[in-house]
This record gives sequence, structure tokens and C-alpha cells, in this order.
Amino acid sequence: MTQVHEKLEKVTVLFAGDSGDGIQLTGNQFASNTALYGNDLSTFPDFPAEIRAPLGTIAGVSGFQIHFGSVDVYTPGDRCDVLVAMNAAALIKNLSRLKERGTIVVNTSGFDKRNLRLAGVEAGQNPLDNHSLEGYKVHEFDVTKLTRESLKESPLGTKDRDRCKNMFVLGFVYWMYNRKIDSSLEFLKTKFANKPEILEANTIVLKAGYHFADTCETFSNRFEVKPAKMPSGTYRNVIGNQATALGLIAAAHKSKLDLFYGGYPITPASDILHELAKHKNFGIKTFQAEDEIAGICAAIGASYGGDLACTASSGPGIALKGEALGLALMLEIPLVIVNVQRGGPSTGLPTKTEQSDLLQAVYGRNGEAPIPVIAAASPSDCFTMAYEACRIAIEHMTPVFLLTDGYIANGAEPWRYPKSSDLADIKLNFAKERSEEEGAYLAYKRDHKLVRQWAIPGTKGVEHRLGGLEKDKETGNVSYEPENHEYMVKIRAEKVARIADFIPKQELDSGSDESKLLVVGWGSTYGAIKTVVRELAREGVDVAHAHIKYIQPMPNNLGEILANFDKILIPEMNNGQLIKLIRDQYLVDAKPLNKIKGVPFEAREIKAGILNMLKQ
Amino acid sequence: MAEAKDIQEEVQKLTAKDFVSDQDIRWCPGCGDYSILKQVQSVMPELGIPKEDIVFISGIGCSSRFPYYMNTFGMHSIHGRATAIASGLKAARPDLSVWLITGDGDSLSIGGNHLIHLLRRNFNLNILLFNNQIYGLTKGQYSPTSELGKKTKSTPMGSIDHPFNPLALCMGAESTFVARALDREPKHLRIILMRAEQHQGTSLVEIYQNCNIFNDGAFSGFTDKQNKKDNSLYLEHGQPLVFGAKEDKGVILDGFEPRIVDLTTGEFLKEDLWIHDEKCRNKANILTRFFDDPSNDGALPRPFGVFYQEDRFRYEEALYEQLETVKKLEEDPNLDKLLAGSNTWEVE
Repeated sequence: MTQVHEKLEKVTVLFAGDSGDGIQLTGNQFASNTALYGNDLSTFPDFPAEIRAPLGTIAGVSGFQIHFGSVDVYTPGDRCDVLVAMNAAALIKNLSRLKERGTIVVNTSGFDKRNLRLAGVEAGQNPLDNHSLEGYKVHEFDVTKLTRESLKESPLGTKDRDRCKNMFVLGFVYWMYNRKIDSSLEFLKTKFANKPEILEANTIVLKAGYHFADTCETFSNRFEVKPAKMPSGTYRNVIGNQATALGLIAAAHKSKLDLFYGGYPITPASDILHELAKHKNFGIKTFQAEDEIAGICAAIGASYGGDLACTASSGPGIALKGEALGLALMLEIPLVIVNVQRGGPSTGLPTKTEQSDLLQAVYGRNGEAPIPVIAAASPSDCFTMAYEACRIAIEHMTPVFLLTDGYIANGAEPWRYPKSSDLADIKLNFAKERSEEEGAYLAYKRDHKLVRQWAIPGTKGVEHRLGGLEKDKETGNVSYEPENHEYMVKIRAEKVARIADFIPKQELDSGSDESKLLVVGWGSTYGAIKTVVRELAREGVDVAHAHIKYIQPMPNNLGEILANFDKILIPEMNNGQLIKLIRDQYLVDAKPLNKIKGVPFEAREIKAGILNMLKQ
Repeated sequence: MAEAKDIQEEVQKLTAKDFVSDQDIRWCPGCGDYSILKQVQSVMPELGIPKEDIVFISGIGCSSRFPYYMNTFGMHSIHGRATAIASGLKAARPDLSVWLITGDGDSLSIGGNHLIHLLRRNFNLNILLFNNQIYGLTKGQYSPTSELGKKTKSTPMGSIDHPFNPLALCMGAESTFVARALDREPKHLRIILMRAEQHQGTSLVEIYQNCNIFNDGAFSGFTDKQNKKDNSLYLEHGQPLVFGAKEDKGVILDGFEPRIVDLTTGEFLKEDLWIHDEKCRNKANILTRFFDDPSNDGALPRPFGVFYQEDRFRYEEALYEQLETVKKLEEDPNLDKLLAGSNTWEVE
């Protein structure tokens, strides 16, 4: 059979299997390879909350979706072109996400009687036999058997041999997309440097999968997605949580401060701690505390001592940190708090994504307690915004919330990373030593930004006492004076409000003042909104898009922008939170578009929302 | 070196007055906190540490007002969390002398978790745990150290909470320095404070402190002239356990059981008694269990002094050692290299 090279602009592949099948590793390998090949890409890992969820069941299915293309890619794709299903449950759970006439790659050994029963398939209804997959291009082969066959000579036991089967699939898919397998060979060499037998087995199986695809002749065509035309520069692949950690390290390095991270393990934020712990050569102090409260309190202690201090968590952990947040803002010391949001309330949906902690970040403390809130829009933007969080925290002596979410924290994309010399300088304002003749030190005296000095222990002559009790406006001593309290509440609010003078102006990401409708987004909906707005532009529908990254305070010119539009749509992965802030601050009649399903928006859902609003 | 000498001279000139802040003290008249504050202020100049290198951190409660009255760096933080804040501060700044002021509610109730973790990590700092067996700031509810049956506003029929034995808890949490002192024994308190600062690691000093408003006389058995010597046992390393108004009683260790013996009959001499050994964990565990109500017949005397002292690595030392090790093994931090990662590609 002659093979035809079919050229495609964009492809979405979904790898799915048991949570122990190595699906995330397979997906990440394919993503790295795709990035190196020069495609633009976006990924979406989707895994069960349990580490080893019941094998073979729908609940135990782990997925990794990757969208890549020769044109700009901003989302992991709505529905997929190719579904790789390692077992029956993976197929049944994900078939609805496959496009019509899509391709299915199936591991037949995952469709035995037991697997079918666990997947809830009635007897005699094996989807591989009952013609229900007609209309799809199905490639069936027994991955388990082929893997065992290729490892006949291996000294490994059956269990270890079977664990290599994800490499067979990876090799197979590399062939489908005309890729070289070198990047994964290198990866295996590093990963199994000390386990030569496992390295050899994985290498054999990866190659076997690749060659199998080449020789089995199940494919009449091979696909090629040409490298994307991205702005020129040097790129790397980056995952959101990794980018957040790099942003923190970069800010510490640029400001010449030691980085201190205090935190408690929680999904989906733990990878920030892991990434930071890898780079101790930058002098990073990571402290795995006994609980969430100790995590932030240790960070407060470190900040008080002059380190750039940070803590990260997710909704439930942030709830526990609430009282300490109030202390940090009373002390007026720098602190970065990252909330990698997940589905809530309570324990909620730990491995699913949501944007439902915005109001918690803006309002979730006792008393009048304003804290700046900023949000990252994509995996690589986590770097930019983590850096910004540090800059604002240090230059304005305040705790700062950085919001990301499970979707961008675990997702990957190509990143045209900056040079260290391109990063904004961060100005430090440490109190200097004083002699007795200079008089008592006024710990709460403020500059034109309403910011006090960072007066750290060890600085002679600036000894002073801080605390969570209301303070005198200058000395910082305890004060119960009615006038002083009102003054301090207002000055703390004004201090945060003035940060608006030190952040970028709001810009339209797409469209113009003349557009018929403005879509206002924040956080991880960026990719989906951008995809839709561009698509509509090609179809002749002029829609504008503003993505808000600075939420408290909002950019000074946001009001003017909003005033230009009669129709404003605010898509959010929550029940309507940014919209409350916008309506409150700007008195505009914005309309919500909400999705609260634990999964990101699909572009088509936002498109439907826009078209619907335009009709009205 | 000249600079170091200057600092030393300047530090030597400091007096207790230099450590008194300009704030009015707001504890109730007659509170045991005054005596403790005075002793701490008078011990400070003897430590030889510049004032600006000393930090007092507290949580919430009457005793936690303490930092406001010390003319050093200070933070009056939030309830139960001073332990965690101090841990972060020591991790960032091992050079500082950190003193943690807390109470029985602050560190044994709301902050119990952080206390045990601080003790096992063994940061080099000093904890002064003011134990008055009552909630004073909230006006008189029972605390985790109040005795069983205690009648308070929140327990009109008597407390049914079995109380903590604070020092036994600390031993269980792998504490490296465990001591007890009294607000009414200032000379002894000063000695213990000095010992606490000298200890390299987390020093836990429980200080019995009288709340004359809500729990007056809680420790009278150990402070009233007529019976304090019969109820208290002052520990000294290498010395036999002798107590009593006329030093007429001693303690022997009969297997695992401590037993009081009469030194006047000639049956037992001081040489026969239990000799205190601060380094012995097992004996310290038993000593912390000397926790009888002094009014009971045959009650074991309540020990005061240093129960246990052990030299164990400090968390912050290990932390910096790891950082140093990494620095030796890996190349100098290069931000551009870090940002580039291991795989990059060019787009023309």
C-alpha cells in the first residue's frame, strides 16, 4: 500500500487509559517532542483524584489531550481528531469527545471480558465487535502482547515488561505524525540512568512501536503538521506550575533576595514546591510545613526577616491561611500567595479546574482587608505574573495574590522565554541604620505610594514592634483611637488602589472600540476566548476581547474601555465572580457566560454565547 | 576585628533599662507577667547580643503582649502561630536571637500542632511558655492545663477535660531542652533563662505564672512560704534529688518507680538518692511525670529547673548545609540558563 503524506494545520490527540498506564508521561513526551518540532501547542492533562483509582473503571481513566498545529494554538482543543484508548473504559469515557470520522487507536488487550465488565459494558456489547464504531477509523492491535513479544529477551519480570506498553503507543503515534523519536530516547536515558535494564526495555518497546506502525500497513496515510509560524525567537516548552516557580526564582535573583517558600502539599499546587526544591543552587529555602497555616506563617516570618517569601496552595488551603493573610497585610510586608484554583467548595474537585476562588482572593478575610489580586492567562504567563506578584509585593510592601488554576498549572505550551536582562528591575526599600540623634523610628511612615519601609531585624536603631492589633498611623504602636482606625482602614485601601498607577494599562487583545461586542475574560479562559474571537473575525464577525490580568486594583483605563461597548460578555469557569466586580465598580450591564463542570471552556461554547448575545 | 570589638563594648554598656520600651504596660496589677518581664529585661544585657539582633515573637493572649514592652524587634502575631512565624524567621535569619512568648492557651490549645513540630525541628530559639492554667484575656475560661473539675464561666459544673502535662508533651515531641520555672522565684528564673539562651536548639521553658484575677493561687503550693519547700524539687545536674523544708526528703528510683524517702532516719543517705542527669532522656521522661496535686498525701514534689538537655542538629543548620552542598556540586546560579531549560528551539 502506498503511503500518502497528508498535511494538516491542527490536530488534537487524546491519550486515555488506566491511571497506572503511564498516560501522563506518554502525553508529556509527545508534547515535548511536538514543541521541539516547532509546532505551537496546548495541553490538558485530566486525571482522577485517586493515585491508583480502581483499575479498568471509568472513574480510573486518566487522559492527556494535546492540540498542536502549524497555526497559532490557544487551547488544548475542543474535540479530538485521534483518540488513543488503552482500555474499554478509556474508549467509553472519551468517545463523545472524538470528532466525527475521527481516528481511534485501540489496545485490544484492554477489551477482555474483565475490562468490559469494569467499564460497565453489557455482555455482547463489546464496542469493537458491535459495529458502534463504524464511521470512525479504528486501528486495533494488542499492545500488551506486542510489548511482551518485543521483550522476550529482557531479564525483567512480566509486571515490569507490561509497564513499558505506553512506550509502544508513543512510538506508534510518533510514526503517525512523522516524528523522530530521539527526544524520548534522550529522556529515557536520563530517567533510567541508574536502571539499565529498564532503560533498555523502554527503548526497545519505543522503537518497536515506531517500526510496527511503519510496517503493519494499517495506515494508508501518514500525517504531517508543519511547524507553526510563531514570532521569531528562542523557545522552550513550559508547564504552568513550572513557570510560576521560575517566575519566583527570577524575581528573587533580580532583586538579590533569598527566596523562601513555605507550603503544605495540596493538589494541584504541589508541583510549585517540587520545582523550587530542584533549584537549591539559587539559594532557595523550601519549607514543607506541618499545615497550610504554618506554611504561610513561616513565610511571614521569613519576609519579616528580609527574604522574598512565598506560599502556594489551592482553595481549601487558602481558606486556612485567611487569618495569616490579614496579619501580613497589617504588618505591611511583602508576601506572594499563589492559589492554583480547583473545583470547590470544600474539598470539591481536587483534580479538576475552576475559577471559583476569585471572590475569596478579593474579599475572603475578616475586616476591611484589601490585598492586590492578579491572574495568569496561560501556562507561560504564569512566569510573567509570578514575577509581577513579587514586584508588586516588594515595591508596595503588601501580600499579593496570584491566581492560576489546575488547567494552566498542569497544561504546557511553547514559551519564548525572556532574557534575565529584559526583566523589570525590582526596587528594594529597606530601612537603613539610624543613630539615636535621629529620634524614634517611625515604622509606619509612608512614601508617595503610601508604602512603608521594610525594616528588618538586625538593622540598628530601627527596633520597633509590629502586630495584628490596629496601629498608630506613624509609630506603628497599638492604637484604639477611633480617628486613627478609620484613617488606617482608608489608607490601606488607598495604598492598594494606587498600585493601579504602577501596572500596565488594559489593552484589547483583539478587536477595536468599533467592535459590536466585548468579551471580558480573566485567567485560563484566555486561549478559548482568543480562538473564538479570531475565528469570528475570519467569518466577518467583529468582536473585541479584553483579558484582565490585574484584578485588584484593575487598570486605570478599564472603565473607559468598557464604556465603549453596549454588549459585554464575561465567560468564567464559575457561577459569575468577575462579573460581580465589574458590575460593582463600573455599573455596566455585562452578561455572564458560565461553565462549572470542572473542565475548561470549549471554544465552540463561547462562540455560541457570543453569537447568541449578538442576536439579541 | 576592630568592628567586632566596638560592638562588644557597646553591647557591654547595655543595661536592663535599654530593653524597656516606651509603651505603658497593660497587664492587671499584681499579674505574674510583670516579674517575668523584669527578669527577661535584666537578663538581656548579660547575653552579649546587640539589641537589634534580638526578636520577640508572640501569639495571642495576656502574655503575648510581652513584645510591646521590650525595646527590641518584636511581633505580636496571631493566635497560636508565633511558633510557625518564628520558624520561618530563623530559617531566613539564623543570625538572630529569637524569643517566643506564648501561653497555655496559645501554644497548647490553638497552637498545639505548631508547637510539637517546632520542637522536633529544633530551630535554635527560646520558648517561654507562660502557664497560668486559665484563659485570662477572654476573662476566665478553663484552659488545656486547667485541672479536672475546674469551675469556670464555661464549665459551671466543673471541667471534664483531662489536662495536658506540658513538659511530658514536649518530651514526647522530641524536645531538646525542657525546663520549668516560676514567676515568684526570680533568681531561679534568671538562671533558667540564661540556660535557655545558651542551649543550641529549641529551648522550652514552662513558667508557672499566677493570674491573680481569674486563677489566683493556682501555684500557691509551690510559692507559699509555709509549704513550698515540701512541694517543690529544684533540679541541679549531678546533684541528688533532695527537697523539703529542712532538706529532709529525697527521691530514689525504685525500678521505674520514683519513691520519696526520709533522710532523717539514717536508712537513706544523700548518696543513695536519684542523681539528676539532664542528659538522660528516660529519667527526664519520668521527672516530667512528677505531676501530682501537691495537696494529695504522698504527692511527689513538682520539679523545677532543667529536666533535659540534648545536643541535636538544628533545622536551620541542616537547611544551610544542604544549600552549601548544592552550591559545591552544581554550577553557579545562572538565571538565563535556568529560563532556557534543557530543550530549546529557534524560530526564524
